[in-house]
Amino acid sequence: MKKTGTKKKPMTLKVRRKFIRTLVMGAGLIGTSLLGFIPVLGRWKERVRPPGALKEQPFLASCIKCGQCVQVCPVNAIKLAELDEGFGIGSPYIDTRAQSCDFSCDGLQCVLACPTGALTHELNYPHETDMGIAKVVRQESCLAVQGKGFKGQARGPGYDGLLRYDEIDRWNPILVRDHPYDVELCDLCVRQCPIEIRANQCDTGKPPSGDENQCPPKRAIRLVQIDSTDGVRRMRPEILDGCVGCGVCDMICPVEPSVFEVDVTESRGWAA
Amino acid sequence: MSRITRSLSELFGNDPQRPVPTDYTPEAKELHAFQRTDVETKKRVDGIKVELAEKHAHPPLEKLRLKRWAVLIFVNLLFVLSFYLDIQLLEGALTASRFVGFHMADLNSALQVMLAFKHVVLNLLIGTVTVFIAWWLLGGRTFCSWVCPYHLLAEWTEILHLKLAEKNIVSDHPFDRRARTWFWVIFAVLALVTGYTVYETISPTGILSRALIYGPGLALLWVALLLLFEVFYSRRAWCRYACPIGLTYGIVGTTSPLIVQYELSSCFHEGECRKVCLVPHVLDTVIKGKARDTEVEIGADCTRCGRCVDSCPTSSLMFKFKGLGNLL
Repeated sequence: MKKTGTKKKPMTLKVRRKFIRTLVMGAGLIGTSLLGFIPVLGRWKERVRPPGALKEQPFLASCIKCGQCVQVCPVNAIKLAELDEGFGIGSPYIDTRAQSCDFSCDGLQCVLACPTGALTHELNYPHETDMGIAKVVRQESCLAVQGKGFKGQARGPGYDGLLRYDEIDRWNPILVRDHPYDVELCDLCVRQCPIEIRANQCDTGKPPSGDENQCPPKRAIRLVQIDSTDGVRRMRPEILDGCVGCGVCDMICPVEPSVFEVDVTESRGWAA
Repeated sequence: MSRITRSLSELFGNDPQRPVPTDYTPEAKELHAFQRTDVETKKRVDGIKVELAEKHAHPPLEKLRLKRWAVLIFVNLLFVLSFYLDIQLLEGALTASRFVGFHMADLNSALQVMLAFKHVVLNLLIGTVTVFIAWWLLGGRTFCSWVCPYHLLAEWTEILHLKLAEKNIVSDHPFDRRARTWFWVIFAVLALVTGYTVYETISPTGILSRALIYGPGLALLWVALLLLFEVFYSRRAWCRYACPIGLTYGIVGTTSPLIVQYELSSCFHEGECRKVCLVPHVLDTVIKGKARDTEVEIGADCTRCGRCVDSCPTSSLMFKFKGLGNLL
């Protein structure tokens, strides 16, 4: 005979415990994941993103955190962000002082590698990128401002950064420490600027790869004479409109800390 | 309820439905009745005794498990070596990659990006469709047990958990399996609303894959925390109750041709398979009297890990590729 009034079985203690346990675990997990908001909203780290990167929010939304851009970079400029960057975890950035993008791949390999369009495919040439803009932040420590030259390895013997020196090897970047300099007035920032290098090649009628489209329409950096009273020839670096924020000036600057910083806040990035 | 609906219902976290009399095929009914006869019951009980003695004397080597681990390590190593040796065979990480140039995108990662970004570029679409077809063919959650690096670590720490549980040092605290479905929905909504790929921040699969390829980092602490939680508190908690990637692939594999198939006629109902299974609810059908048919396809939550196939003393569970006959 059926019992009468057998509606729903009352929640046993075991079931109730499991239910509460699940709620706590769920809240904990969702809460933990949302902690990722803090570094992003707090802008803990202003990162230089690879060429073609969208503006920060759509960039983080669209990046699938796979690191294909890291793998194709010939100078290993791209690193992936850590857990302390919250939602930015696994997203690519460039520490320009350690190793900047010198566009030695010419074809913007990272852009081509990106599967999601976080690095927009709408650009084809280095001068079209917008990673930020270099700023002269420590002019007083600039060797040229002090009227000094530079001789030796730009960043010392222990530095393992890479740059492409066209005159040495058109196709392979080499160690900066294997390419010592000897200049009367330090102009390494101007000399190594990828935009300036391209503009100079174009001026001499030899655009990169013989392609006129590779010619930057605007200059990026120059040295400007400073009026000096002591008879010493002094110059100061000036960033121009053609700067794309690659940060090679920051990387090659021989003084420590560098005279430059790449500012990524000023309308950096492509609209999605 | 059809097989697919039942399979999805279990995948979403509901308890397996007890079969009602009309669910059984006449053949299954007959077989169940036959198994209940005294002669058959005795035969089965004796059979199980022999099996257990045999198992005790010669603990079986889980061949499929070792093969699966080899495949899992090989796939992840392919990513690592491809980068280190610069052979461009399998570029990227598990979230998105290129296999000899062909785009591939993890379905859950792609979904998070699509929801957060609200644009889909062609390459991502190609990658997503390619991977969808591949894992549909291969069984959906096959990704979990044959590719996901977290799965392997969790299997190893599970061994530790079981040892500790045997000595009564720890005990398993199960969660409600519906939690995973809620996580899936919440993370999808969060991606859509916040515009960030929120889940990626805590995804142990993405974290481990990147750590292997690009070097270890801080995020491994999170993975370690999850593993400790599984050792000391809840057996295989992440894969069972939390991972939205598993649910995504589970949905993909619902109609997959690659399945584990159960054969009622040879089964002794000893339950060895359910002991080793990550998702024992899919093996509800092997309980005596529950099989609706003489042959039953195991549901979508099954990761096709093959541990039940390895552990079944009577070979009543087999891999099958529908249309190709028994594989193993």
